[in-house]
Amino acid sequence: MSLASIPQNSHLGRTLSVLRDVTSRPSGAVGLSLVLFHLILAVISPYIAPFDYRTMNAAMMLTGPDGVHWLGTDHLGRDVFSRTIQGGREAILVTGIATPIAVAWGGLVGIFFGLIGGRVDEVMMRFVDAFLSLPWILKMLVLIVTFGTGIEVLIPTLAFFYGIPVIRIARAATHDVVARDFVAAARARGQSRMTIMRKELLPNVLDALMVEGAMRWSWMLLAFSSLSFLGFGVSPPTPDWGLMIADARGFMSFAPWGVLGPVIALSTLIIGINLTADALAKALGIDRAQKAPV
Amino acid sequence: MTDTPVIQLSDLSIGFTGRAGHTLPVLRNIDLTVRPGESIGLVGESGSGKSTVALAAMGYLKRGLRVLGGTARFEGHDMFALKRRELETLRGGQLALIPQNSGQSLTPTLRIGAQLTEALRLHSRLDPAQFPDRVLELLGQVRLPDPQTITRRYPHELSGGQQQRVAIAMALAGEPRALLLDEPTTGLDVTTQAHILELLRDLARETGMAMVYVSHDLGAIARVCDRVVVMYAGEVVMEGSARQVLTAPTHPYARGLLASIPKLSDPHLPMALGGRPPAPGGAGDGCAFVDRCALASDLCRATRPMLAPGPGGAPVRCHHADRADTLPMSSQGDHAARAEAGTAPVLSLQDLEIRYSRPGLLDRLRGREDTRPATVDDITISIAKGETLGLVGESGSGKSTILKTIAGLLPPAGGEIRFDGDAPLPRSVEQRGPDHLRRIQLIFQNPDDSLNPRHTIAEILEQPLKLYFGLSGTALQDRCVEILERVRLGGHYLDRLPSQLSGGEKQRVAVARAFAANPDLVLCDEVTSALDVSVQAAVLELLNDLKAAQGTTYVFVSHDLAVVRALSDRVAVLYQGRLCEIGPSAEVYALPSHPYTEVLLGAVLEPDPDTAPKLTADDVIELSPPAKGCPFQRRCPRKIGARCDTDTPPWQTRDDGHAIRCHIPLDDLHRQQQADS
Ligand SMILES: Nc1ncnc2c1ncn2[C@@H]1O[C@H](COP(=O)(O)OP(=O)(O)O)[C@@H](O)[C@H]1O
Ligand code: SF4
Ligand code: SF4
Ligand SMILES: [Mg+2]
Repeated sequence: MSLASIPQNSHLGRTLSVLRDVTSRPSGAVGLSLVLFHLILAVISPYIAPFDYRTMNAAMMLTGPDGVHWLGTDHLGRDVFSRTIQGGREAILVTGIATPIAVAWGGLVGIFFGLIGGRVDEVMMRFVDAFLSLPWILKMLVLIVTFGTGIEVLIPTLAFFYGIPVIRIARAATHDVVARDFVAAARARGQSRMTIMRKELLPNVLDALMVEGAMRWSWMLLAFSSLSFLGFGVSPPTPDWGLMIADARGFMSFAPWGVLGPVIALSTLIIGINLTADALAKALGIDRAQKAPV
Repeated sequence: MTDTPVIQLSDLSIGFTGRAGHTLPVLRNIDLTVRPGESIGLVGESGSGKSTVALAAMGYLKRGLRVLGGTARFEGHDMFALKRRELETLRGGQLALIPQNSGQSLTPTLRIGAQLTEALRLHSRLDPAQFPDRVLELLGQVRLPDPQTITRRYPHELSGGQQQRVAIAMALAGEPRALLLDEPTTGLDVTTQAHILELLRDLARETGMAMVYVSHDLGAIARVCDRVVVMYAGEVVMEGSARQVLTAPTHPYARGLLASIPKLSDPHLPMALGGRPPAPGGAGDGCAFVDRCALASDLCRATRPMLAPGPGGAPVRCHHADRADTLPMSSQGDHAARAEAGTAPVLSLQDLEIRYSRPGLLDRLRGREDTRPATVDDITISIAKGETLGLVGESGSGKSTILKTIAGLLPPAGGEIRFDGDAPLPRSVEQRGPDHLRRIQLIFQNPDDSLNPRHTIAEILEQPLKLYFGLSGTALQDRCVEILERVRLGGHYLDRLPSQLSGGEKQRVAVARAFAANPDLVLCDEVTSALDVSVQAAVLELLNDLKAAQGTTYVFVSHDLAVVRALSDRVAVLYQGRLCEIGPSAEVYALPSHPYTEVLLGAVLEPDPDTAPKLTADDVIELSPPAKGCPFQRRCPRKIGARCDTDTPPWQTRDDGHAIRCHIPLDDLHRQQQADS
C-alpha cells in the first residue's frame, strides 16, 4: 500500500458523501440554500443596502412599497427593505456564537453523565427534566432583568439555557454507544479509557450532537427574536427582525409591509435551518426507520 | 374453493432512480400466482427482492421505489391503481402482513386485549358487542393457553414466542384471505420457531387462507409451504412444488443454496457459494447468476434466460437446467479441522459462577448473601489446544455471558479461569496483562454492532496491531493488507467504512481484527447468525481454514445445532446457565441425549419436506433458573418425579468423555429414547 493511494472513501470521503447526501435531498438542498443565502446576506447587506437604516424621513412615514422603497417605509420613514436585509445580523451573530458554546458544554456534561451512569446520572437527569419543564421565557427574563441586556449577557444566557436540553441528547447518545459491541470489543482488547472515549465514543456521539446543534440554533434564533420583540434584545436604532415586528405591529391594519419583510426573513431562515437539520439527520442515519404499514 | 388467484403479480418490475439518473430495477418481470388455500414460500439471499415482492402484493412500495411495469392484483383489484382509502381497507383486513419482529412491535403500553380489540374495530365487520368473545377466540386460535389471562397482560409480560402468536392473532382479526409473512420466525429460538411454524401450518389448513411466506430459511419453508419460488437478484429463477425445489432443484443457484445449509445429519462443513449477487442494475445482458455459476457458458453471458419449464416440468430460468443435476446439492465441504489429541488444556473453567445482579447496598451492609440463583453456575469445562468447543442453548441460556466472562468483560462471582496452565486469570480485563489480552480474542454476533461505523477498515485493523505489536508506518500498512488477504478481502477495502461492505464482508473484517492479534483462543459468539446461509458457509469455511493454518482454539457459541455440529470437536449444552451435557460432537448428536438436548434436536428444521420436527416440550421461556434440583425440571418431558425438583442430578460419564447430567440412568435413558424414535 503506497502513500500515493489517497483515501477515497475515508473521513474526508464520508464528510463529502454526507454533504452530497444532504444536498441531494430536496429538503437539504432548499434548506441549505436558504441558510447560505441568509449568511451571505448578513455579511454583505451593509454594502448593498439602498438606504442607511437610520435615516428617518418625517415626510415619508408608513408609505407603501414603490420603486424607491421596495418594501415601503416604517413609522419613522425608514426604508423597510434596507432594515430587513440587515435585521438578521445581530441575531445571527449572537446565536452563531451561543449555539456552539451550548452544544459544547451541554455535550460534554451529557457525555460525562452518560459514561458514569447509575444513580448520580439518574438524579442529575431529574434536575435537567425539572429545569426543562419551566417555561424558557420566564427563566431568561429573570436572568436578563437581573444582569441587563447586551451581547455580553445575551450570549452566555442563551448558551446556558440552550445547553441544558443538549445534555439530555448527549447523554442518551452516549448510553446508546456505550452499549454497543464495538466498545466492548475495545475494552476486551485492553484499549485505554481515553482511547475508547476519543476513538470509539466521540465520533459517534458527535453525529447526534451536530443535528441537535442545528435544531438548537433555530430555536435560539426564535428565542432571540422573541426577546427583541419584548424589548430585551437589540436596542434601537439597530435593525432587528424581532424589534421591527414589535414596532410595526401597531400599524399592521393599514401598513402591513412593515411586518411582512422581517416575518418572511426570520421564518425563511428558521425553516432553512430545520430543513437542513432534517436532511442531515437522514444522511447520518439518525432518522427513525420507516415502518411498513400493517 | 374457486381457482381464481388471490394474489397475482404479472410481469411486475419495480425499480428506483440511481445517483446517475439511470433507472435501476429491484424486481424484474415477476410473475406470481397464489391461489386460495395455497402457501407459497419465497426464498433467496438478502437483497434478492423477497420482501419487495411481498409488499408489492399489498400495493406498498418502500420509499424511492416505483413500478416500472406490470401489475399486482389482489382478488382482481389492481393494487397500484386503487385509491388510498380502498387500499387501507384491504390492508390489514382481507390482506394481512406479519412483518419481521412483529412480536416485538406490539404497543408496549397497551394490554393484549385492548390491542386485539383495536384490530377488530379497524378490520372486522363484527358487532362491537361480540369483540370480547372474538378476542378470546383469536387467542385460542393461535394456541395461547388461558386466553382470559393473556388479554390482561402487557407485551413485555409475554415470551418472544407468545408475542409472535399475539401478532399472528392480530393479523387474523380481519379474517384475511391472504396472509403475507416476512421472516416471521427469524430471531426466535429453535423450539419456539418450530412451534410457530406448526401453528401456521394448522391455521392455513383450518381457515383456507392463502399464505406467502418470505424467508431465507429453507427448513422453515419446507415445513409450511406447498410451493416454493426461488428468487435471485430480483428475478424468479425457479418455481415448483416444495418437494421438487428442495429435493431436485433444476437451477444452479437453488442447488448452491441447498448445499450451503449446514445439516444436522451431516457433520461436514457446508459448501460456500462464492461471490455475491449483482447490485440492482448490475446484472448485465446475460444471466444474473453468471459470475457465480459453475455451468456458465458464453450463451449465459450473452442472453438472459427466460423462465421456462425445465427437466422436472417446473419453471426454471436457466439455459443449462438439464445439466444442473451434475452440481452437488448436499454439503461436500471438508470435515472440520481436528485437534491433535491428548494435548494439555488451553483453557479451563472451574466451577464458574456468574451473576448480573449485585446485592443491594443495604444487604451488603448487613452482610447478607444474594440468595437468588446465579445466572450461570457450576460451569466446569476444559478445552484442549487446537480444539473447537461448541456451546449451544436457547437464547438467555448464558452462552454470551460465559464468553464475556472468559474475555474479562464480566467478572465472575465465583470459580476460576485458567489459561494455558498458568495461575488463574485475573477476573477483569483491566487487571490482565497485555499478553493475555492479545492471546484471547472475542468475535461478536453482529458486525454492524461490533465494528465502529465511523472507523475505516484500516483503522479497525490497526488498533490491535498498534496495541499489541507497536507497528507503525509501512509495516503497519503491509500487515493490514496481509491480514485482509487472509480473510479473502483485498487491500482495496482498507479505506472503506463498514457501511460500504456487505454483511459477510463485515464479519470477515471482524474475524480479521481478532486474528490480527495472533490469538491462541478465539471466542465466537453467534458469529454467523446475522448472515445469510450462503455467507454463513463462507465464514465457517474461513474460520476452519484459519484454525487449520494456526492451530487456534475456538469456543464457538450458537443456537443453531447444525452449525455447531459442522465446526465443533466437542459440544456442551447449556440450559438456564447450567451444563446439561458435554462430549465429543458425534456422541452429543447421537443417543443417548440429555432430555433437553433431545428437545433441541427434535425442534431442528431440515430443508426436507418429509421430516417433521418432534415437539415434546412447550416453548415457554423461563425467566430464572430453579433454586434447586435439575435446571430443566419445569419443561422436562422425561421428568421422573420429585427427585428432579429437589436433588441436583449427577454427572454420568462414559468412557469416551461423553457426560450427561440427569437422574435417569444412561441405559434407561437410551432405551426410552430409542423406543420413541
Ligand atoms: N446486562 C445484563 N443484565 C442483567 N441480566 C442480563 C444481562 N445480560 C444478560 N442477562 C441475563 O443473563 C441470562 C443469560 O444471557 P445471555 O448470556 O445473553 O444468554 P445467551 O447468549 O445464551 O442468549 C439471561 O437470563 C439474560 O436475561
Ligand atoms: S443460465 Fe447459465 S449462468 Fe445462469 S444459472 Fe443457468 S447455467 Fe448458470
Ligand atoms: S434430572 Fe429429571 S428433570 Fe432433569 S433432565 Fe433428568 S429427568 Fe429431566
Ligand atoms: Mg447471546
